[in-house]
Amino acid sequence: MSEPQEIVPIGKNDLVGMVAHLFAEGYRLVQIGCSTLQGGYELNYSFDKDYRFKNLRMTVAPDEEVPSISAIYPNAFLYENEIHDLFGLLVKDIAIDYGGSLYRTAIKTPFSIGNVKFSEPPKPKAESSPQQKEKPKDEAEIPEGQKE
Amino acid sequence: MRLFTMSKIVTKNLLSGPATLMYPKKKRSFTPITRGRVEVDIDKCIFCGMCSRRCPTYAIKVTKNCKEWQIDRLKCCTCNLCVEICPVKCLSMENQYSPALTQAEKPEAIYTVRREAEASGTSDHQVK
Amino acid sequence: MARKNVIPFGPQHPVLPEPIHFDLVTEDEKVVNALPSISYVHRGLERLIEKRDFVDFVHVADRICGLCSFMHCLGYCQAIEEIMRIEVPERSLYLRSIWAELSRIHSHIFWFGAAADAFGFESLFMQSLRLREVVLDIFEKTTGARVILGVCKVGGVRRDIEAEALKEIVNRLNSLKVQLDELSAVFINDYSIKHRLVGVGYISREDAYTLGCVGPMARASGLAMDMRALGYAAYKYLEVEPMVESSGDCYARCLVRIRETFHSIDLIRQAVGKIPEGPVDLKVKGTPNGEYFSRVEQPRGEVIHYVKGNGSKFLQRFRVRVPTFSNIPAMIKVLKGSEVADVPNIILTLDPCISCTER
Repeated sequence: MSEPQEIVPIGKNDLVGMVAHLFAEGYRLVQIGCSTLQGGYELNYSFDKDYRFKNLRMTVAPDEEVPSISAIYPNAFLYENEIHDLFGLLVKDIAIDYGGSLYRTAIKTPFSIGNVKFSEPPKPKAESSPQQKEKPKDEAEIPEGQKE
Repeated sequence: MRLFTMSKIVTKNLLSGPATLMYPKKKRSFTPITRGRVEVDIDKCIFCGMCSRRCPTYAIKVTKNCKEWQIDRLKCCTCNLCVEICPVKCLSMENQYSPALTQAEKPEAIYTVRREAEASGTSDHQVK
Repeated sequence: MARKNVIPFGPQHPVLPEPIHFDLVTEDEKVVNALPSISYVHRGLERLIEKRDFVDFVHVADRICGLCSFMHCLGYCQAIEEIMRIEVPERSLYLRSIWAELSRIHSHIFWFGAAADAFGFESLFMQSLRLREVVLDIFEKTTGARVILGVCKVGGVRRDIEAEALKEIVNRLNSLKVQLDELSAVFINDYSIKHRLVGVGYISREDAYTLGCVGPMARASGLAMDMRALGYAAYKYLEVEPMVESSGDCYARCLVRIRETFHSIDLIRQAVGKIPEGPVDLKVKGTPNGEYFSRVEQPRGEVIHYVKGNGSKFLQRFRVRVPTFSNIPAMIKVLKGSEVADVPNIILTLDPCISCTER
């Protein structure tokens, strides 16, 4: 079933130019996603035209400001507000800015770097060591879960 | 403008009676594979603890030294994984779901079964 | 110069199945602006990947939403299977499609009742919920549960359906189709319903495309966009036809959903005719290392599941982008300039599923 999915890494300054280019070609904005990495955030802009899927990927440091694309695609304001509320990332000049009141959570920015726990990849040494690395983490997880 | 478009449905409903059951007077009929609650046959259990490791909500607790099997019925999501993984097939999924409880009755949700030692015969002593 | 009033709509409202809040700024009886406010059921499900490994997470993905439960499970399992390059057996692909189409039927019948209830046609609401019981009984007979099915897993499905059970499903759906025909004829041809729905909440084709409409909202405005054309599960072997209308108003959206229900009954009949014999699941070894976007056509539109793994048992990132979230900007544009009395109708033709939106 795998459809061809393109992922294009770009820099922060090329973002608005490439998005305007895609708008002129007739792509529609599908989603703006964000993942928390060890040293920053990874933004992912997805576009689609005639079932062809194209992604623009960008990595930003925690304190950087990201330009908004809501001037080109008006429906981007909802995704950018969500990213601001959940991740704490500052997006400049959103068309309709809720100022942090879209998601009202008990802890502010629940997905930001300080709050998320990362899973460690297994070391690619031998076949038995990934199993040994998973088991102590598994043991450590269960008492925490049963405590709830 | 059409008139009496629903009349056929209305007459059928009037003649055939209500579609709902008079629950709890009339019991609901379950299918053979309805997932209601997990029951254990404590005589067959070997206390290996595999059901407790497989449970995604951590609802089952097995203690080998005092031969006790415990489930928190409010945490159980009836996913059927413990029934499938048990090596001696002592767990079964009953059709009737466990009843609702108030806040005061919440400790009753934890269902514990303990197997008595072989000296006094293999009688199972249920603690609820 | 008229005075502006702010009318709060929601989160508790008789027509809303789930809590969402709109602040409607009105002048006299026309809505001038609408400000949405969500996060009444935000549970933070995306962070549960830190606590449950990728095999157990299927149970969490099932519980993102009640109406679209099976499709979330399906999208997640497909994403993991694509990352780990697992080829599931063909019989399980057909079974997944059958359950997915049954899911679509019961969601659309529920929507049908709720939409009729929004303008006071309560008897139609009761009749359609009675019809929906037929589909829920089929679910219980084949999977053991009525709403949260818990039948999809990474590597296939957990249960099989025998040939007689499949034939019985087709027979029951045929009798359901006759009753649904009568009910939808009452709805479509009624004079007062047409008066309330035709011409209300119009979205043009270009607006629907640039504002990111998906699902029946886009198909009612003339865009033939259906993710089943990508050919996931068993749809590459079945003939899927997107139902498209061109008028773009509330009446067109109702027509699209009613026609889709009949088309789903036909798809199930096709699938039961073509299903091959064989195993239904596969043993899964290893852990996911990579990322993938999985796109599935839910009853409300196109849903995207993004899964990223780095080789350990716990995933690194899981994100769901639901169709209701994508339709909200178009909804806000439609609400501007409409009458206050039309607001419940317009919001129900959007078919909001808020528990998906703020997992």
